[in-house]
Amino acid sequence: MAAGATYTPIATTTLGSAQSSVTFSSLGSYTDIFLRVTATNDTPATSNMQLRFNGDTGTNYSYTRLLGNGSSASSSNGANQTAMAFAYYADDPNDFGVMEANIQNFSNTTTYKPVISRGSVATVMVSAYVGTWRSTAAITSITILNSSGVNFKAGSTFTIWGIQAA
Amino acid sequence: MIGAQLAGLYGTGAAPANTAYESIATVSLSGAQSTIDFTGISSTYKHLQLRGILLNAVSGDNVAIRLGNGSIDTGSNYASHQLQGDGSSASAAASTSQTAAYLSGVCQASSSYPFAFVYDILDYSNTNKYKTIRGLSGQDGNGTGTPTSWRVQLISGLWQSTSAVTNVRVYLPAGNLGNYSQVALYGIKG
Repeated sequence: MAAGATYTPIATTTLGSAQSSVTFSSLGSYTDIFLRVTATNDTPATSNMQLRFNGDTGTNYSYTRLLGNGSSASSSNGANQTAMAFAYYADDPNDFGVMEANIQNFSNTTTYKPVISRGSVATVMVSAYVGTWRSTAAITSITILNSSGVNFKAGSTFTIWGIQAA
Repeated sequence: MIGAQLAGLYGTGAAPANTAYESIATVSLSGAQSTIDFTGISSTYKHLQLRGILLNAVSGDNVAIRLGNGSIDTGSNYASHQLQGDGSSASAAASTSQTAAYLSGVCQASSSYPFAFVYDILDYSNTNKYKTIRGLSGQDGNGTGTPTSWRVQLISGLWQSTSAVTNVRVYLPAGNLGNYSQVALYGIKG
């Protein structure tokens, strides 16, 4: 079997000041994108972290999630959303949660685009999500935002890696 | 080093230098097929990772994995646990003494909404321990059809063999994998 080194860092952003979203473009040519975020909000606002692709603000996103809050497990979903929720994170400005998403087969022009993800925020919630962007377009940009419309706190870090299949 | 090893495990550590994570082989379907097989896997790596999407699966079927050394083990040597959410409630399931590691719980037939997964096969070439599979998977269909048929899963699987893994099979017990399905195998060095 042929082998090729992959899992290549593409870009990273650490916020020097609060801002409401982060966008990555120039994604390169890979099979999957792995996104890792360590972030919190600068003002208390319990939020879903969200993804938008290619600047699409239409109701073309959906998700199903599994949550554990320390006392119970639950599940819910959202259809026809204007962004894809991919992790639940805290509203404590001192609690930087870790959110990770696998954006699978992002450059193909045949299928809708799935994302499977996990979130870990020690003071609030552990979560797992699956989402779909209902577009067959190749993903050329990724925007990370939150459902509360507040700012990510300075010091929040966003990093993407490209994974190329053989 | 540990962080580098873990990086490929769907992101539970620091990213490795790119020589520590290698693509081994990929199977992309241009029509229906009963299995996706990887054979002759060398013992070069510490862990293996499968990443992929499946389409046109049989509704209600499990995504299953079989492992083997030289040939696929079809004996009752597998177990699995699942924690899943269906958009309405969370649930758990388990199975033992099975002929495959049943990993997904359920996968919906769809030519549009891909089932996505990342499965890790840990210490796959170690001849002193059984083999553990750990995974994250799911499929979301925008609430179409039966809304609770779309699910996100955390899974663990077990192959009760101390043999090194040289063969991996991904399949659906009740039907074929569909067109545009793709499974890629990666090796993670330790």
